[in-house]
Amino acid sequence: MRVGLFVPCYVDQFYPGAAIATLQLLEKLGVEVVYPKNQTCCGQPMANSGFEHLTGGCNRLFIDNFSGFDYIVSPSGSCVLHIREHLHDDKRPGEAKEISHKVWELTSFLTDVLKVQSLQARFPHKVGVHQSCHGQRGLHLSSMTELVAPSFSKPGSLLNMVKDLELIELERKDECCGFGGTFCVVEEAVSSKMGKDRVADHLKHGAEYITGADMSCLMHMEGILKRQGSKVRVLHIAEILNAE
Amino acid sequence: MDVATKDHAELAEIFNRDEERVDWHDETLWWIRAKRDKSVHQLPEWEALREAASNIKFNVLSNLNTYLEQFEAAAKANGIIIHWAADAQEHNEIVHRLLTENKVTQMVKSKSMLTEECHLNDYLATHGIEVIDSDLGERIVQLAGEAPSHIVLPCIHKKKEEIGDLFHMYLGTPSNMSDPQFLTETARGSLRETFLTRKVALTGVNFAIAETGEFVVCTNEGNADMGAHLADVHIACMGIEKLIPNREHLGVFLRLLTRSATGQPITTYSSHFSKPRAGQQMHIVLVDNGRSVQLGREDFRNSLKCIRCGACMNTCPVYRRSGGHSYHTAVAGPIGSILAPNLDMKKYADLPFASTLCGSCSNVCPVKIDIHDQLYKWRQVLVKEGYAPTSKKIAMQVMATTLASPTLYHAAGKMGRATIKYAPFAVNNKLNAWYKERDMPTPPKESFGEWYAKNKK
Repeated sequence: MRVGLFVPCYVDQFYPGAAIATLQLLEKLGVEVVYPKNQTCCGQPMANSGFEHLTGGCNRLFIDNFSGFDYIVSPSGSCVLHIREHLHDDKRPGEAKEISHKVWELTSFLTDVLKVQSLQARFPHKVGVHQSCHGQRGLHLSSMTELVAPSFSKPGSLLNMVKDLELIELERKDECCGFGGTFCVVEEAVSSKMGKDRVADHLKHGAEYITGADMSCLMHMEGILKRQGSKVRVLHIAEILNAE
Repeated sequence: MDVATKDHAELAEIFNRDEERVDWHDETLWWIRAKRDKSVHQLPEWEALREAASNIKFNVLSNLNTYLEQFEAAAKANGIIIHWAADAQEHNEIVHRLLTENKVTQMVKSKSMLTEECHLNDYLATHGIEVIDSDLGERIVQLAGEAPSHIVLPCIHKKKEEIGDLFHMYLGTPSNMSDPQFLTETARGSLRETFLTRKVALTGVNFAIAETGEFVVCTNEGNADMGAHLADVHIACMGIEKLIPNREHLGVFLRLLTRSATGQPITTYSSHFSKPRAGQQMHIVLVDNGRSVQLGREDFRNSLKCIRCGACMNTCPVYRRSGGHSYHTAVAGPIGSILAPNLDMKKYADLPFASTLCGSCSNVCPVKIDIHDQLYKWRQVLVKEGYAPTSKKIAMQVMATTLASPTLYHAAGKMGRATIKYAPFAVNNKLNAWYKERDMPTPPKESFGEWYAKNKK
């Protein structure tokens, strides 16, 4: 199995640790991972701002970089959702479609494709899980409180395999953190307030770490935690699943 | 500057200056959403009901012309007088004419978001007609000189103390009286006087049944019934999308409506009106006001399935923290944000952006409107139609060019990280909206790409 590692732009630039952990974790599980070095961004920042018509360059680049893999895996639900739903290229429609079917968010790849049953990881801390909206509602990584449906959580089941890790309960299981891409600056007031409220729920229940399958939400919450002078840290779920 | 010239972000920023109030607003609405969750989980068939409702409405929208004609014929046969209004202006003129013909200068009205959309109260006021809203929440915002901030809970943004002050000012209650029981009884007494003295009552319509020509009005206070039963003339105003084909379909919608809205199993009063009683006039005004245009927009047609339950507002984390008035349109929240641009793209170009696209709205929607997908699609339409600010257009063009080139991307990334590290003042300032309440990420010593080049190849 040959997997293309898709590292979103902001993860590449600001959170290399999350990408390294993803790579190491996949390799530990016996996967051949390739990182196409000319990758940049999935184009979501433009598309979600209404400028989908400017994403042609990003789309072409994405197809150049990721054609021909068995799977494409990324530590970001949001970017994966964007590729799944919006990757297109008028000149290469077939390749675009193939890629959009082969792209996977890390935790769902681990549970659904690799069918991971156990992990070697140990993380002796109290951890709160932030369900990022695009991962949860868009990619169905976990059940959603709004729907009348059986409850499940792919990130949760993986974290339960980690030794000495204690998951905390939250009052609002799947409330949005308010990041929302450019929303975080265009609607600064509401975005910040949402972030503060989200962080407060974790703090109130004793989290030492906040984790999730989307670094962008974690980046938002980290910004708030730091501003508050909190000692609570954010960690991408790959870093916990890869912790020893 | 007034509300009309400020956009959602500016109005939300003003609302957020009182954080304690935002918390209270958020918690009040979250409480209703939690009640909704509990109530829908009591029905194992909930998702099937949503699917059925969505399909019934899909049928209605696909055959709207036929159902409208069927409804008109059946209603006429029942002795109801039918009026057609192409837009808000015509709707207001029709209502005004009916009042003039009946020599009436005072009218009682129960909840109708359509009349809010058409600004009927203001129109009638300029023609010397006094309207009293009989829904308690609407009466309160009317006394305050405000518009409703929510379609089901019009005064959810007001605290009981503020309502006490309003009642003290307008209804003669003692000052500093905020006991809900006392305030409700006062309002009831005052409204009873109104019900007994008005010759014309206007109501909204929740569902109109094409098969029988009858309509159903749902209220929790019985105020629509009080108005309609005591008046000589009953005017019911409805958007053309309020139709359902047959009576048997009503059960689906009545089960969905109030569980979604407030978590109640069913509305307290679901009143069926089929024909005028002896000596009474009954009118129905069927209003288009942009609906047929929306019906013609394939991507946005589904928005007309809306049964106005307000569930998307209660669940929306943005609505809960920005308040209904920040949407500066009669129907606020996620659903309002996909309905309003249809009426006026320029005026409401900000609303589809007032969302994180979290998708919770689509999940709670009892008729399965793809609200968050439509928000995304409206953004594309609005930008293409030229309603994006110039600064944003330039920024996006620069971003698109940079991200389409690995060379430019790597250079920009390096520069960005270096700036934060060595010249933090360049980003940690007032011009950076992120920095106002959030710190910037700490730049790592190398990007993943740089690490990979060193360690893996």
